[in-house]
Amino acid sequence: MADFPHFLCPGQAEGLVLRLDEPLSLWGGLDATTGRIIDQHHPQVGMSVSGTMLVMPSGRGSSSASAVLLEAIRCGTAPAAIIMEHPDAIVALGAIVAAELYDVALPVVVVSPQTLATYITGDSLSL
Amino acid sequence: MPLRLTAEDQQLLDGGSGPGAQMAMRIVVRLAEALEAEQLLTISGAHVDSCLYHGPSTLAFAERLLALGASVKVPTTLNVSSLDLLHPDLFTGDPKEAEQSRLLTECYKGLGGQPTWTCAPYQLDERPGFGQHVAWAESNAIVFANSVLGARTDRYGDFIDICAAITGRAPAAGLHLQENRRARRVFDVSGLPSALLDSDWLFPVLGALVGATTGVQVPVVTGVPGGQPEHRLKSLGAAAASSGGIGMFHMVGSTPEAPTLSEALGGVDPLSTMQVSLTDLNQARASLSTATGLSLSSVCLGTPHYSLDEFAVLVPLLSGRQVHPSVNFLVSTGRGIYHELQLRGWLSTLEAAGVTVVVDTCTYLSPALTGGTGPAMTDSAKWAYYAPSNLGVEVTLASTAECVNSAINGVVTVDESLWANG
Repeated sequence: MADFPHFLCPGQAEGLVLRLDEPLSLWGGLDATTGRIIDQHHPQVGMSVSGTMLVMPSGRGSSSASAVLLEAIRCGTAPAAIIMEHPDAIVALGAIVAAELYDVALPVVVVSPQTLATYITGDSLSL
Repeated sequence: MPLRLTAEDQQLLDGGSGPGAQMAMRIVVRLAEALEAEQLLTISGAHVDSCLYHGPSTLAFAERLLALGASVKVPTTLNVSSLDLLHPDLFTGDPKEAEQSRLLTECYKGLGGQPTWTCAPYQLDERPGFGQHVAWAESNAIVFANSVLGARTDRYGDFIDICAAITGRAPAAGLHLQENRRARRVFDVSGLPSALLDSDWLFPVLGALVGATTGVQVPVVTGVPGGQPEHRLKSLGAAAASSGGIGMFHMVGSTPEAPTLSEALGGVDPLSTMQVSLTDLNQARASLSTATGLSLSSVCLGTPHYSLDEFAVLVPLLSGRQVHPSVNFLVSTGRGIYHELQLRGWLSTLEAAGVTVVVDTCTYLSPALTGGTGPAMTDSAKWAYYAPSNLGVEVTLASTAECVNSAINGVVTVDESLWANG
């Protein structure tokens, strides 16, 4: 990546940071109807990602994650923004299609590992 | 360097081939820009995962493409849906959701997808050759295409799969490019007991460990005898793509881009080398076995869809035996393999033993297929990974033989000797 931050999907957002300790597979990991983490293997299972500036190292696992993100956007339970250290096409696509289908711009952003490390759960952040 | 489009790409983007192809190209281009691709490349086929229903938005997307007149430009296979379309009565869930799921499968057929309904398109007659670019979705299929076939696909997900199929183009990025295919992390298993290295049962557990450890970096496994059969590579890849974010792995002497460790690494020093121990594997195994007792309600095999080779192991294990009446024994496969099971007489052997063969779908998608949320057993690390969240069940991950013996006894029956030190 040349410059940071790099927008995989453009948009503006603000909210409180929720920093995930491990990558989350949205499919099988997020309940789109409630916005809660349901992956029993994830250390933050049970937490809600709704409206948060969701910070995680990368996406993980199933390629259905795009659909779960789109469905969460439709249900109004999605994060306000997703911030990652590694670009992830599958996560980006959920937001790209939401822009196409529902005219919603949910920013998906890649930042350097150094920048990612400065985001602490509970901090306010705007993009 | 910004994305450069060919005249043909631009014509699609400008709507010259109709509004459906235009919408698909707009999404391909937006993804290409996000990935900082410099160009698009031509694909020879696609495998589409978007036909699995995830809610009204996924149906709205397909209906939009269909209404705008889109259709696929390259041969396109379709992944599982949430229904067994040949045996719809197996689904005992919400009939409204079943109807939405069925409508979605009709949309993707309408867009020109072949009704294959399998998560293992590499088990169909036609599969991509070495070096061929394709756009495949479904994490286990992506890993198999890249690692075992030597075809080239990035980790595609829902929506882009069908858009690539409609345009015949995909971003020149990720695992399409040589420099991203070399291994970065080494997993050396040469210190493991030879009986374990010889066993099918090693591979899902090793895959789970490799995926969780490597994250998104391409791993290479070394120290396994060369020429490993496809079903072992499939099971390792499916496990690693569930516990990690990989789209490709190498296994020295078994996968086509890893004749030697040095070639798999592209001559570059790895980021890390892990000497895999029995303790590491036992931890990975324990993390996937969430069951606390010995009671058993269901046995679920076939995630990814069982191949003929896997049935060739399973059928003799069940022949002339009887699954305990309290256990629901399900094996998922594709309809092509199901047809072959009928021709070989294997289906009647399985059914006589009390086994249900499920097609077109996967048993971890909904408790409507497993018939409840009692403790389950599986030989698939992928099933073990997702079922506790998706179905709310407790799981024991075990070998195929242990799954069969447990199903017959009606209680979890395992043999730990393979995993013991010394």
